[in-house]
Amino acid sequence: MIRDITLGQYYPADSVLHRLDPRTKFVGTLLFVISLFIFHTFPGYGAATVFLAGMIGLSKVPVSFMFRGLKAIFVILLLTVVFNMLLTPGQVIWQLGFLKITWEGLMQAGRMAIRLVYLVVGSSIMTLTTTPNQLTDGLENLMGPLNRIHVPVHEIAMMMSIALRFIPILMEETDKIMKAQMARGADFESGNIMQKAKNMIPLLVPLFVSAFRRANDLAMAMEARCYHGGEGRTQMKPLKYKGRDYAAYGILAGYLALGIAFRIWGI
Amino acid sequence: MSIELKNVSYQYSTGTAYEMRALKHINLTILDGQFMGIIGHTGSGKSTLIQLLNGLLKPSQGQVLYNGENIWGEGFSRKKLREQVGLVFQYPEYQLFEMDVLKDVCFGPKNQGLSQAEAEEQARKALEHVGMPKELFGKSPFELSGGQKKRAAIAGVLAMNPRILILDEPAAGLDPGGRDEILSQIASLHRTRKMAIVLVSHSMEDVARYVERMVVLNGGSIAFDDEPRKVFAHYKELEHMGLAAPEITYVMHDLKERGLPVDTGAITIEEAKESILKALKGEMP
Repeated sequence: MIRDITLGQYYPADSVLHRLDPRTKFVGTLLFVISLFIFHTFPGYGAATVFLAGMIGLSKVPVSFMFRGLKAIFVILLLTVVFNMLLTPGQVIWQLGFLKITWEGLMQAGRMAIRLVYLVVGSSIMTLTTTPNQLTDGLENLMGPLNRIHVPVHEIAMMMSIALRFIPILMEETDKIMKAQMARGADFESGNIMQKAKNMIPLLVPLFVSAFRRANDLAMAMEARCYHGGEGRTQMKPLKYKGRDYAAYGILAGYLALGIAFRIWGI
Repeated sequence: MSIELKNVSYQYSTGTAYEMRALKHINLTILDGQFMGIIGHTGSGKSTLIQLLNGLLKPSQGQVLYNGENIWGEGFSRKKLREQVGLVFQYPEYQLFEMDVLKDVCFGPKNQGLSQAEAEEQARKALEHVGMPKELFGKSPFELSGGQKKRAAIAGVLAMNPRILILDEPAAGLDPGGRDEILSQIASLHRTRKMAIVLVSHSMEDVARYVERMVVLNGGSIAFDDEPRKVFAHYKELEHMGLAAPEITYVMHDLKERGLPVDTGAITIEEAKESILKALKGEMP
């Protein structure tokens, strides 16, 4: 049921992208997202498409996985497209009562749709090729400088990795409790919205109880192993840039330069 | 009254990187009033199998028939099926949610459409049947001990008056005393309510004493389906599957190898004692 969301779902494979340093991938994804907003013409989106297609090819992850994440944003996407189409003033090409579609609106809707879809697919590439643990490691490392201004970077990273770790566990737990209650004749599908909400109680109460129990157990296990926060803590696998990371940064720089050039020349 | 599995296969996460075949071509019939055990090592497909029995999972291939009717056929009410085929999951204590024990046990009967009074009567009966002390009926289920929670959860399914009761590792996480108590109460349900019972476990010892038929699962297929004593005769093969026959089977086989004419099919210590005494008396009249 909730399994459609690709974000945070690692796909094991052996590719260059999987082997890249998580920091490289994170910066790369960020730059790609920025580039989507730098490009504002269709040739520009063409360049982004080529870049994205290249990355999908390199990742060795089946294409269907990339687009699975889109299901989750489908409603947002639809709303964006419809509102942009109807509410942008300009040259009218179709009108029905107060509803009118303008040429500018159509272009704007197309642009927004491309941006949204590429945004999700682009970040899916990162999450599909990077384990959640690598990702938080990378983030912790990138945000390291914030430590100076007393941002608890390590604690944030730890919370993130625990949260990520618990998503599949809680999902499994939800599934289990749901089935157990269904075996007792519970009904999670029919009824109006109030009834449905009420029917959720037999699911939510045990789920919360179990989440608190797990949190408690984990805290105890961490304390038993003398966890005391990030101070003086070293890593088992410290992150280190390799040749392929420098190459990747080179490609990214070229891609971004292309985007800026497109913008300056107004293509 | 019977459940029949016809050439049933099941795989998880079809079409993804994590595809896994859990069950392969299972043929199995569970008859009314039978006390059956399903044994298998972790990952042998036990839990998947029982979820197919009450329609929580849909088989990837094959058919599940209840009294000859396909449960995935059009117009078949799987909600009604679940009233007939009660399933108690492993660690059922995590399904409790109500303010007090009695209300929690009422959840099932009320879903069946019984009135408050009728549901409460069913719940009281079920709670008494699993040996829950009366003074605990009004307590919050979260204040109970592990064994009591388990009883409350089993009562929650029992209160729906199923024809067949399936229990997944009902004794998991209990101390030996609590384990024997719960298992013998289940056995008494079988006797007094004439209910068919399917007991799922990875421990031969637990199951051997009670069941009349034993199905051994290995790697998603049925390896043996017979009376316990006949299954234990294959104790060498069972070991290969990561299962062990009861201790007593080993003792009896060793004795026989050393020349004492004992019955190697003895399952309980009582039976073994009788058989050894008889053999010894036969030798020394």
